[in-house]
Amino acid sequence: MSHELTWLLVAVPAVSAAILLLGGKATNAWGHLLGTLAPVISFAFGVVLFFQMRGHGSEERSETVRLFEWFSVGSIKVDFTLLIDPLSILFVLLITGVGSLIHIYSIGYMEHDPRRRRFFGYLNLFIASMLLLVLAADYLLVFVGWEGVGLASYLLIGFWQHKNSAAVAAKKAFVVNRVGDIGLSLAVMSMWALFGSSAFSTVNAGAEHVSSTWATLLGLMLLLAACGKSAQVPLQSWLLDAMEGPTPVSALIHAATMVTAGVYLVVRSHAIYEVTDAASTAVVIVGTVTALAGAIIGCAKDDIKKALAGSTMSQIGYMMLAAGLGPAGYVFAIFHLLTHGFFKANMFLGAGSVMHGMNDDVNMRHYGALRTPMKITFATFAFGYLAILGIPPFAGFFSKDKIIEAAFADNTVIGLCALLGAGITAFYMTRVMLMTFFGKKRWADDVHPHESPAVMTWPLIILAALSLGGGALYFAGHWIVDWLEPIVGHEEHHPPVSALVMTLITLAVVAVGIVIAVLKYRRDIPREAPAGSPVTVFARRDLYGDALNEAVLMRPGQYLTRTLVWLDNRGVDGLVNGLAALFGGLSGRLRRFQTGFVRSYALSMVFGAAFVVVALLAVRLS
Amino acid sequence: MSAMLLPLADFTAPKIEYNELAPLLVVFGAACVGVLVEAFLPRPLRHLVQLAITVVAVVVSGVLTGILMNGKKELLAAQGAISVDGPALFTWLILLALSLISVLLFAERSIDGGLSAFAGQAAAVPGSEAEREGTAARIEHTEIFPLTLFAVGGMMLFAASNDLLVLFVALEVFSLPLYLLCGLARRRRLISQEAAMKYFLLGAFSSAFLLFGIALLYGYAGTMSLGGIADALSSDTGSDTILLAGTGLLGVGLLFKVGGVPFHSWTPDVYQGAPTPVTGFMAACTKIAAFVGLMRVFYVALGGSRWDWAPMMWIIAILTMVVGSIVAITQTDVKRMLAYSSIAHAGFLLTAFVGLAQAGSGVHNGITSTQAVLFYLVSYGFPTIGAFAVVTLVRDAGGEATHLSRWAGLGKKSPLLAGIFAFFLLSFAGIPLTAGFTGKWAVFSAAWTGGAWPLVVVAVLSSLVAAFFYVRVIVLMFFSDLPADAPDVALPGWQTTSAVALGLAATVVLGLVPGPVLDLAARAGEFIR
Repeated sequence: MSHELTWLLVAVPAVSAAILLLGGKATNAWGHLLGTLAPVISFAFGVVLFFQMRGHGSEERSETVRLFEWFSVGSIKVDFTLLIDPLSILFVLLITGVGSLIHIYSIGYMEHDPRRRRFFGYLNLFIASMLLLVLAADYLLVFVGWEGVGLASYLLIGFWQHKNSAAVAAKKAFVVNRVGDIGLSLAVMSMWALFGSSAFSTVNAGAEHVSSTWATLLGLMLLLAACGKSAQVPLQSWLLDAMEGPTPVSALIHAATMVTAGVYLVVRSHAIYEVTDAASTAVVIVGTVTALAGAIIGCAKDDIKKALAGSTMSQIGYMMLAAGLGPAGYVFAIFHLLTHGFFKANMFLGAGSVMHGMNDDVNMRHYGALRTPMKITFATFAFGYLAILGIPPFAGFFSKDKIIEAAFADNTVIGLCALLGAGITAFYMTRVMLMTFFGKKRWADDVHPHESPAVMTWPLIILAALSLGGGALYFAGHWIVDWLEPIVGHEEHHPPVSALVMTLITLAVVAVGIVIAVLKYRRDIPREAPAGSPVTVFARRDLYGDALNEAVLMRPGQYLTRTLVWLDNRGVDGLVNGLAALFGGLSGRLRRFQTGFVRSYALSMVFGAAFVVVALLAVRLS
Repeated sequence: MSAMLLPLADFTAPKIEYNELAPLLVVFGAACVGVLVEAFLPRPLRHLVQLAITVVAVVVSGVLTGILMNGKKELLAAQGAISVDGPALFTWLILLALSLISVLLFAERSIDGGLSAFAGQAAAVPGSEAEREGTAARIEHTEIFPLTLFAVGGMMLFAASNDLLVLFVALEVFSLPLYLLCGLARRRRLISQEAAMKYFLLGAFSSAFLLFGIALLYGYAGTMSLGGIADALSSDTGSDTILLAGTGLLGVGLLFKVGGVPFHSWTPDVYQGAPTPVTGFMAACTKIAAFVGLMRVFYVALGGSRWDWAPMMWIIAILTMVVGSIVAITQTDVKRMLAYSSIAHAGFLLTAFVGLAQAGSGVHNGITSTQAVLFYLVSYGFPTIGAFAVVTLVRDAGGEATHLSRWAGLGKKSPLLAGIFAFFLLSFAGIPLTAGFTGKWAVFSAAWTGGAWPLVVVAVLSSLVAAFFYVRVIVLMFFSDLPADAPDVALPGWQTTSAVALGLAATVVLGLVPGPVLDLAARAGEFIR
C-alpha cells in the first residue's frame, strides 16, 4: 500500500486558500465553511494514512513520495518529494486536528469581522505551508514551507490593519524571522557544497563523514533558524508582540504548531547533532535559558495572552532542551510538543472565549470571578491548567516529567533549571487562573460576561479531553517511544534517583509554586497594576529583551539617523523601526554621494576606474 | 581602370551565415522599415502600423531563435565576429520576450487621457505654447517603435559579439536609442531631459573607458577577437601591465552598463527621469544584455587571467550589493527605490559571476555560473517590467504619483493592484514560490560551490536588508490609512493589462515550476570561442 496521494494533504488547504483569496467577494457567503472544510478533509485523510501506516511493520513505515522534479542543474537535483513517516504523520495529525478545531472555533470568534473570508484564506494558507514544512523530504522544500508559514504568520499578526500596533508587531515578526531564515539558507547551501544535495536521506547518510567543524557549523546554522521560528533566546522578542493577532491565530500558529517548527527541525536533523557535541550543547543551553526566561516573563504579565505567550516560549524551551539531549530526549521533545499543542491551544482558545465575553479586554486585572458566568470555559481552561502543571494523570505530567528526568540524567545543573522552571510554571499559571476565574469580580459595569456560543465551546471541550487523555500516547505501553524509535532513535536515560522519587520531587516543587501563588493572589487584586519590585518590573519588561534590542541596535541607529539624515521623508519613515534606523543612518550618509551633478558622478567613475586598475595591478604584484 | 579593378578581383565576400543571424537581421530590418514608415505614411495610421511591425518583428525573431535553439548548432558567424552559441540564443529569447512586454507598455494610450507616455513633440520647449498645441492635436512620436527595435537589435548583438569592435558597435547601437527614449517623457519633461543628458554624458564617458580598454587589449594580443585574446593569454606573450590596464578599463565600461558600484550613479537619476515604460525596458533588457556581454568577455577572452581580476570583482560585487540594499532604504520615490533595488540585484548577479563555478573547473557540483546568471536574469526581468508597469497606473493630476508617501493605503483603494505589486516586491525579496527565490538560490549556490562563500554570506545579509525595504512598501500599502487626496488608480488598456499579466504569470510560474526554464538555461551550456 503506497501513500502516493499524500500530496493531497497539502493540496486541499492550498486550493481552498487560493479560492478564498482570489475569489473575491463572491465567496463571502460560504468562504468560512469552505475554509473550515479544507483542514477537516486533510485531517480525515491524515487519519486514514496513519492507520495504514500502523498496519505496516516498523521498518516499512517511512515512504518517500516523489511528485516531480523541481529543478536540476548539473549534479544538484531537487525533487518535489514528500516524506511520510511516523514523525511527519504525528505532525500532520496535530496540525490538521488542532487546526480543524481552531477553524471551527473561528467561525464563531470572527463572526462579526467583515474580512472573515480573508482570515480563513490566510489560515488555510498557513495549514498548507505548515504541512509542506513537515512533509518535505528535502531541506530546500522545508525552507519553502518555512517561509510560507512565516508569510501566513505575518499576514495574520497584522490582520487587524486598523491597529498600528498590529502592523508594527507583524513587521517585527517578519524581520526577526528573516534573521533566523539566514541560518536555514546558509545551512542548505552548505549541504549542497558538502553533500551535493539537501535531501534528508543524503544529508543523514553523509553526516557521519563530514568534519566536526562543519557538523558544528551546520548544527549552529540550523539552531539559528530554529531560534527564529520558535522564539528562543536571543530571537524571542517577536512572539509576545505577535499576540496582536486574533486569538485563534495565537492558538494555532503562535502556540500549537508554527512555533514548534524549530523543534521539528532539530529533531529531523538528528543525524547532524549526533556528530557534534558542541552544537547539541548549544541547543540545550538555548532551550534551558528560554524555558526559564519565558516562565519569568509569564509571571509578570497582566495581559492574559502575553502571559500565555511567555508560557509558550518556556514550554518550547523545554522541548528544545529535550531535543538537545540527543536520542535520550528526541521522543520526549516530540511527545511534549504534541501534548503542549493540545493544552496550550485549549488555553489560548479559552482566553479567546473570555475576551469574547469581556468586550475584547485582555487585562486580567479587569477579570475575576468569571467561573460562574463562563462555566464551560472555566472547566476546560482548568484542564489545560492541570495539564501544563504536570498533575497526573493529565497529559503534561507524562511529557514534562520525562524531560526533567532526562535533563537530570544528562547534567544536574540543567536538571535543576528544568525543575525550577516547573515550579515557576506552577506559580504563573496559578496566578492566571486565580486572576481570571476566582476572587471578586473586577469588571466594569457595562461589561456583561457570558458564555460563548456552542461553535466555540465544543472545540474547547474536545481540546480539554485531549489535555486529559493525551498522556495515553505514553503510558499505554510506551507507544510513542516504539512509534518514533525507528526514525529518531531512542536510548533509555538513567536519572540519578529512581523515576518515582523524581516524580515526587517534581510534584513537590509544583505544589510549592501553587501555594506561593495562592498566598499572593487570594487577596484582592487592584485594577491598576502596582509599581512592583525591581524583579517584577524586570519581568514585565520582557527581561529587558526589547530594551537590549533598543540599546544595541535601535538607539545607535536613531542617533546616526538624527545626525545624518535630513527629515525629508518623515511621512514614510514613520514606519521605520530600529534596525532600519541603523541602516537608514548609513543609507542617508551614502545618499549624500547622490548629488545629482553629472560632474561628481563622472568623478566617482574616475575614482572607480583608478581603483579597478590599481586593484588589478596590486593583485598581480602581490 | 584595370589597376582599380584588380584588388576587387582578389576580394572574397565574407561568409555570412544568414540562417543563424536571421533573428538579428529581422529586428534590424524591421527597424529600418519603421523609419521608412515614419517618412511615408500619414500620421493617423502610424501608431497602429508601427506597433504591428514591431510586434511582428519581435515575435518572428523569437520564433527563429527558438528554431535555432532546437537545432542545437553552435557556431561563430560572420567570420568569427558574432558567436551564435547557447547562452547567446537564450539571451536573445529572453530579450525578445521582455521587449515584447515593454513594447506593449510603450503602446499604452488609455491611461493618460488617450495619449501615450511619450512627449508629443520632443523639440517643443516644455510648458510652451507649441507643446500645448501639439498635445491638443494629439501629435505623437511614433519613432519610439523603430528606436526600440534598434535598441533591441543592439542588445542582441551585444550579447553575442565575439569581437571587441563588434561589442563596441553594438553597445552604441543600443545606447543611442535609449538616450533618446529617456528624454521623451510627456510629463515632467525637464527631469526627463535632464536624465537623458546625464545618461548620454556618462554613457559617452564610460564608452571612452571601454574603447581605451579595447585598444590596450589589442595592444596586448594583436587581435580584437575574444578567442584570439584568450590564445594570447595562454601563450603569455606581451606586457602584463597593458593586459591588466586593458582588463580594468574594459571592465569599467561594462560595469557601467550593468550598474555596478561605483559606476552606478547614473542609475537612480535616469530611472527616475525616464518615462516609466522605458525605465522598465532599461532595467530589464539593458541589464540582461550588459551582463551577458560582461560574462562573455571575462570568461571567454580573459578567463585565463581570472585570478587577476576575480579579487577586484569580489570587491565590486560586495560594494554593489551593500550600497544598493542600504541606500534603497531611505529612498522616497518608488522609481528610485526600484533603481537601487536593481543595483542590489546586479550585485547578486555579480556574486554568481565571480563565483566562477564552471563546468570542468573541478570545484563545482551543481549549477554553473553562466546558467545561474542566465536564469536569474529571467527571474529578475519579468517582475521588474511588471513592477514598472504597475507604477504607470498610480496617478494623480500631475501624472504618475511616484513619491512613496503617495502610495500609503493603496491596498485599501485597489487591493488587486497593490496585491500584484506586493507580489513583485516579494519576488525581489526572494520569498519562496516566487521567481526571485529560485533565482537567488541559483546564483548563491553557484557562488557557494565556486568557493566564494564570503560573498554569499554578504549576499544573504544584503538580501535581508533588501527584504526590509520591500516589506516596508507592503506595510505602507496595506497597513497605512488612505489619505483623502490619495492618487487614483488608472484603468489600464489591454496593453498594460497584458504586460502586467505576463509579468505576473512568469513570476508565478518561475517560482512554482522553475524546472523547464532552468533546464533551458542549463542546456544553453557555456560560451564558445
